[in-house]
Amino acid sequence: MSSNRSLEPSSLSLNDLPWQIRYSNDRCTLCGQCTAVCPVKAIELKVFQKRIVRTSIQKDAVHSNQYETFYGIQQKTDVENACIGCAMCTMACPNDAISPVKNPGLDRLKFHINQKGIPRRRGGRRNASGSVLDRIKFTRISMLTDPALDAGRHEFEMRTLLGRVLSPRENMKRLKEKGWIPPVREIYPLIIGGMSFGALSPTMWEGLQMGVAYLNEEMGMPVRMCTGEGGCPPRLLRSRFLKYVILQIASGYFGWDEIIHAIPHMKEDPCAIEIKYGQGAKPGDGGLLMWHKVNKLIAAIRGVPQGISLPSPPTHQTQYSIEESVAKMILSMSMAWGFRVPVYPKISASSTSLAVLNNLTRNDYASGLAIDGEDGGTGAAYAVSMDHMGHPIASCIRDNYLNLTKIGKQNEIPIFAGGGIGKNGNIAANAASLIMLGASGVQIGKYAMQAAAGCVGTEEDRCNVCNLGLCPKGITSQDPRLYRRLDPEDVAQRIVDLFVSFDTELKKIVAPLGRSTSLPIGMSDALGIDDQAIANRLSIKYVV
Amino acid sequence: MCRLFALTSKDPISPMLAIKALDVMKEGHDGSGMGLLLQDLGGPFEEMKDAPILSGIFSEEGIRRLDLFMMDKGFLTKYKISLKIPKQPVEGIPRRDLYLIRAYELPEGWENLDQSEIAGRLSDIRLKIRDMGEEKNDMMVFSFWPDTIMIKEIGDPLQLGHYLGLDRKELHARVIMAQGRQNTNYAINLYACHPFFIKGYCTMTNGENTAFIPIRDFLSSRGIPAYSGYQSDSEVFAHILHYAMEELELGIDAYKHVITPLQEEDLQRHPDAEFLTHLKRTCRPLIIDGPNCVIGTLPDHSLFMAQDRKKLRPGVVGGKPGLYGFSSEICGLDAVIPDRDKSKDIQPMHLDTVIVSPDRQEVKICRQTEALNLPL
Repeated sequence: MSSNRSLEPSSLSLNDLPWQIRYSNDRCTLCGQCTAVCPVKAIELKVFQKRIVRTSIQKDAVHSNQYETFYGIQQKTDVENACIGCAMCTMACPNDAISPVKNPGLDRLKFHINQKGIPRRRGGRRNASGSVLDRIKFTRISMLTDPALDAGRHEFEMRTLLGRVLSPRENMKRLKEKGWIPPVREIYPLIIGGMSFGALSPTMWEGLQMGVAYLNEEMGMPVRMCTGEGGCPPRLLRSRFLKYVILQIASGYFGWDEIIHAIPHMKEDPCAIEIKYGQGAKPGDGGLLMWHKVNKLIAAIRGVPQGISLPSPPTHQTQYSIEESVAKMILSMSMAWGFRVPVYPKISASSTSLAVLNNLTRNDYASGLAIDGEDGGTGAAYAVSMDHMGHPIASCIRDNYLNLTKIGKQNEIPIFAGGGIGKNGNIAANAASLIMLGASGVQIGKYAMQAAAGCVGTEEDRCNVCNLGLCPKGITSQDPRLYRRLDPEDVAQRIVDLFVSFDTELKKIVAPLGRSTSLPIGMSDALGIDDQAIANRLSIKYVV
Repeated sequence: MCRLFALTSKDPISPMLAIKALDVMKEGHDGSGMGLLLQDLGGPFEEMKDAPILSGIFSEEGIRRLDLFMMDKGFLTKYKISLKIPKQPVEGIPRRDLYLIRAYELPEGWENLDQSEIAGRLSDIRLKIRDMGEEKNDMMVFSFWPDTIMIKEIGDPLQLGHYLGLDRKELHARVIMAQGRQNTNYAINLYACHPFFIKGYCTMTNGENTAFIPIRDFLSSRGIPAYSGYQSDSEVFAHILHYAMEELELGIDAYKHVITPLQEEDLQRHPDAEFLTHLKRTCRPLIIDGPNCVIGTLPDHSLFMAQDRKKLRPGVVGGKPGLYGFSSEICGLDAVIPDRDKSKDIQPMHLDTVIVSPDRQEVKICRQTEALNLPL
């Protein structure tokens, strides 16, 4: 190394990077597609020089010392250009000449992604592939007294209720006296959770909406989708498709000016209102849409100026306490739609979730509780929040359900589970486990992006640049050059594929357990796990 | 799968008739036990319709403790039947000290109580005796209710009938329910034997209740002390019946709407669509998933049969005015009422509740898609 070459603390070698580019000069045609497609400009065309020394032991031989140049691809080692492993280069390469490979050792990039004192922010997930849900087995197969049901032949009713269900006696009393009965929606138990217009690209959002509409209108599956905190396109607000949409309000109130003004013009009530207090991926932290993604359209829908970062406060600032906030907001939102629309809070899983739930049990207007576990995803957050904050979903759901059972309100406040469902691809098994632990339904986000739009994110810190608007698949980008890569029709088709196949898998799980006419909420006797401590914690069977 | 047989008759008849039917259906039970409910009693009990009758199995020590307890509560014995047990033991039937069938005078001061208060107190006493018995393993109590006798024991039904001498006049009754067990438990717990009785409602079921845990959790969190026990997944059928009819004040035609509600399309077409939608939602945890055939009696001595949503269990109802039988299989019915018009036998399907009311004149079919008699 030459003595005057600058060597800084954050100078990294290829070996320090989490993803390394494996490149074959023999196969490369230098077409340049890989360098063009790379979202973080991790690779560049480079001129290499090679010295060829030709010598011979023959006495009269001529020795030569020749310099040759050749062209190839080189990976950059700057922190900001570190390869993210998205493998778009591989996808673009016509000759299979290039691919990123995960560094099998320990990378040192992590120590340096805080240049200028800004800690790492990213989108994506917790990046931990372990999953308790994946370990849960369904062990109570009907074998002796009764034959298992036939997933392909018998009738099934795999629906759930979103809304405050009164006790049978109270409901009957109010029916008789023509009193107010809280609104209840019968919906499909797999819900597309809150991902905002803004976090998602217009093509992705449109694709999801089209898929949901198709599932409802052509397939008879009452699938619902939550908007996330980013408002809702005005045309959708005024269309009959609004009934398939759960509008989310969060602490930034983005888009709610538009929504409130649209209320008099709404042809249908929305399915429900979700008040977001917390998110599993970044508990205690507010939403964040970084400036890269706040273009003219997003700014208009959200009612903000263009090109500025949009952080939502960690809490709803207009109230003194969370209890007061929850009660008042639920009431205000209920009132806005004439008490015809279920309103429920979404919180991040936490050891304090029980307190929120207990609070809701005494509030007739509370229609449910969505709990988002630590494996939930996000479009943008500080890495430290994603990696280290939060509570696993399984025990949180179980504690809350058992608490409701203790007070006899297990059918009255539905609990919806989110966060990491299907994170390793086992979506139906994970969903069924949570339902049998006590959830009335589950919310998915990342899984929909992976299955319906080809999101390349994995639990190995792959890609995760949703926050920067650089999504190589165009899912979370607001750059037309990127989001045009995604055809909304294709996304819609894949959403339908996802739900229809999920439905078959869910039936394949519940039928052998002898269940078909109602969703087996709280059927914990069906579950077993090969770990005594987890079995005790979840009050399920220990099986080996 | 267990075998079930029930009779409802204008005139009191011997329980051995029902046991005979169980014997005919022996292919379907393994002789591991029998449960018997007798109601609308003839014989000496005819004259004491209001006196609660305690039925159970007691050890010598248990009966002493029971007597002290009952005296303390102010109950005096009014009448009792002693079941004489042969000295020679029968293989497969355990030796017991005493099978108790004893009618009591209501304590002083109870005469002015309303019926529901009396029902509550009788139920509490039964639960207390059960708890006491479980502590020392010296008492088992199956029912404590007026005009009701319940006998449960391990063994082959026909052998048991002879062993206990059940063909005696004092035990003749107008409503008889009998179950021959097919053992699926590791150890036979008599509290897990059908029929199950709660405050005048009684059911027996065959098949497995796959939705047992959520149903049990729902019932036991209703704040009603008698909703307890649950040694068997089938006990909840009796409690759901009680809940629907007493707590929700619904008719028997609504029972099936609670355990096997209509699916969306049929529900919307139903004349009581709104009511039933609310019922389905609020009683969602009580939905059974079958496969089950439920036979039950009501406090007015109506007898009914209902099937699960997919009708995965056999069941037939037939007879003649004055005598009707409810059976798991037609051969059971043939053995007891051979002279009936078989063309009028009814095998209830997935929407049907079949009811024979106390006048025992006809079999009424109540289809789930028909309008309900609602309390509204």
